[in-house]
Amino acid sequence: MSVDAPSREVPAPLVEGTSRRPRHWGRFVLPTYSWLVIAYLVFPIVVMVIYSFNRVTAGLQLVSFSWNGFTWQWYRQWSNIPGLTSAFWLSLRLAIVSTVIATILGTLLAIALVRYRGKRFRGKAGFEQILFLNIAAPEIVMGASLLGLFVTFNVARGFFTLVLAHVMFSIAYVTVTVRARLSGFDVALEEASYDLGANPLDTFRLVTLPLIMPGVLAGALMAFALSIDDFVTSNFVSGSSAPFPVWVYGASRVGTPPQVFVFGTAIFTVGIVFALLSLLVSKRKV
Amino acid sequence: MSDTSTTSVTPGSVNVSLSDVTKSFDGVVAVDQLNLTINDGEFFSLLGPSGCGKTTTLRMIGGFEEPTSGRIVLGGRDVTYTAPYHRDVNTVFQSYALFPHLDVYENVAFGLRRKKVAKDEVKKRVGAMLEIVDLPGYEKRRVNQLSGGQQQRIALARALVNEPALLLLDEPMSALDAKLRHQMQIELKSIQSRVGITFLYVTHDQEEAMTMSDRLVVMRQGKIEGIGSPQDVYDNPSTEFVATFLGASNLLAGTIASRGQEITAVALENGTTLQVPTARVATSTVGSVVKVGVRPEKIRIHVSGSTTTTGNTLRGRVRVSTFTGVGNQYIVEMASGEDITVYAQNIGEELAPRSGEEVELSWPIEHTFAVRPAENVISSDELAS
Ligand SMILES: Nc1ncnc2c1ncn2[C@@H]1O[C@H](COP(=O)(O)OP(=O)(O)OP(=O)(O)O)[C@@H](O)[C@H]1O
Ligand SMILES: [Mg+2]
Repeated sequence: MSVDAPSREVPAPLVEGTSRRPRHWGRFVLPTYSWLVIAYLVFPIVVMVIYSFNRVTAGLQLVSFSWNGFTWQWYRQWSNIPGLTSAFWLSLRLAIVSTVIATILGTLLAIALVRYRGKRFRGKAGFEQILFLNIAAPEIVMGASLLGLFVTFNVARGFFTLVLAHVMFSIAYVTVTVRARLSGFDVALEEASYDLGANPLDTFRLVTLPLIMPGVLAGALMAFALSIDDFVTSNFVSGSSAPFPVWVYGASRVGTPPQVFVFGTAIFTVGIVFALLSLLVSKRKV
Repeated sequence: MSDTSTTSVTPGSVNVSLSDVTKSFDGVVAVDQLNLTINDGEFFSLLGPSGCGKTTTLRMIGGFEEPTSGRIVLGGRDVTYTAPYHRDVNTVFQSYALFPHLDVYENVAFGLRRKKVAKDEVKKRVGAMLEIVDLPGYEKRRVNQLSGGQQQRIALARALVNEPALLLLDEPMSALDAKLRHQMQIELKSIQSRVGITFLYVTHDQEEAMTMSDRLVVMRQGKIEGIGSPQDVYDNPSTEFVATFLGASNLLAGTIASRGQEITAVALENGTTLQVPTARVATSTVGSVVKVGVRPEKIRIHVSGSTTTTGNTLRGRVRVSTFTGVGNQYIVEMASGEDITVYAQNIGEELAPRSGEEVELSWPIEHTFAVRPAENVISSDELAS
């Protein structure tokens, strides 16, 4: 989330006349508008975070949206619901594995798309279309067709099919992100590396990769975020092993245990930390 | 790198040779049957207008481009198809191509690290190299915090520290302003003579090439038009293109009238006959069309009838006279309508002819040359540098 904070200018001495009017307007409208958008974006999350501290006074231990007082109870008993905990660990493992695979494949694909053309990469235009399709196609379609595919070929649904599906929908995002970074890359830098005696592998390791690293990290972050909160595709291909979002959806029909909000808050916090880190990294590496 | 004993330089021995090297891109010929030999320890320049194939030639020697045909031999080894990281050549790129994610020290040490040079040795050599390029103590700087001139020197240091057999430089001064450029030219030349490494220098700036080179070639449209020491190529241009590209020349169309052992006579279209040393005539057949040339600074100008003249003589009327401080520049129009440019030094001897005055132009026979007319018309684009 990179929202430009409203700039804090030192107020200029007031000058009488009409020529300054439009700027005053802009100064007032734009920050207000920005803050409204930000509020709109974070409001649901804030609600979740607040109600993760809400006491439950009567009946089953389910989320209720009347404020009964502050408690750390759900944080202390975060692992009290075995199904939820194992769904969360499954989601985490799934996100890590699929992110690593998608980042490697997506990065290599981006390099191929930027560097090779003509005879060295026949059918490149078609490939780019598929990539775009992969991003644009409704997830429900992909999920349903994947399920059809697995059923047809009699592949047991579980962790393996989940990884396959998540890698599939993440690759395109990684590729697009890394490619953006690569297109501004001066090829002379790689030539300079060869010139100084580095073979292609060393050149990739010592020059290309460090320079596109911000793009690779951003792509990985995207893949991770896509995976950890994916519901539609996962719901189709998970079989009996439900990841976190699928489990929550199932539970919400009966009633959501407050621990769901605890996990949600944890994921959000980790997300924020990563976003800040990536901001730092991209600021440092020019 | 104060001791150069590690690089065994035998002056005069061949460092790199290109034989019949041709490079075409999708049928477009960029370099055409190039034959070139560069000796050890030479400062050699490739000079020519934009698009004449200088960079392509350099890239083939560096290994970044494969010749379509021909051979490249480096230090006695055929490297025509050798990968760049297996050649004893280093390059200073036009854009410098310094690694932005590494500091100055790591940039300069990059090549030594690849060769697995011991840590202490790397430190010593990088330090010594930064001393040579006059940037000691810059080890920890990031390269994008350096000025253009400093970046250029780091690029030079990064290449030179490897003590290559041959250093390639592709217009390394083009990003610098005129003053810094001049300063760096002198510095580069002095570094080259200190380290004793062969430099192959690409430029389209003729003045730069002439002041720095031991020898140079003038290229045009992928071919060599002239080769030799700067003075040789300047005084003795082998083609019309060289005569106009390198400095300025007055060129007059004529026909070879007679040919002697020493002197060849060329009849101009206006009837005047000029004498040219036979050794400086490109074609020897009587009757063939040539262009007779003389450099503007070789001509003496005086008001008609004021002195007796020797050598070659032409008459005309001063059309434009410009005082430039160090001298006068005249444009003299001959009866045929052709213009001749004359540079006269301000030595305060003679009365400067004024505009409209009838004048006589004369110059010694040995300063006259005759070249074959260029097959393709020379455009003003090619001469702008
Ligand atoms: N990779 C390439 N693909 C196609 N044509 C090329 C390529 N590289 C060079 N050329 C062509 O080859 C010719 C020579 O180019 P080159 O870069 O060697 O010129 P140059 O003498 O270095 O010019 P400049 O002074 O402008 O740098 C040009 O006509 C150019 O368009
Ligand atoms: Mg060039």
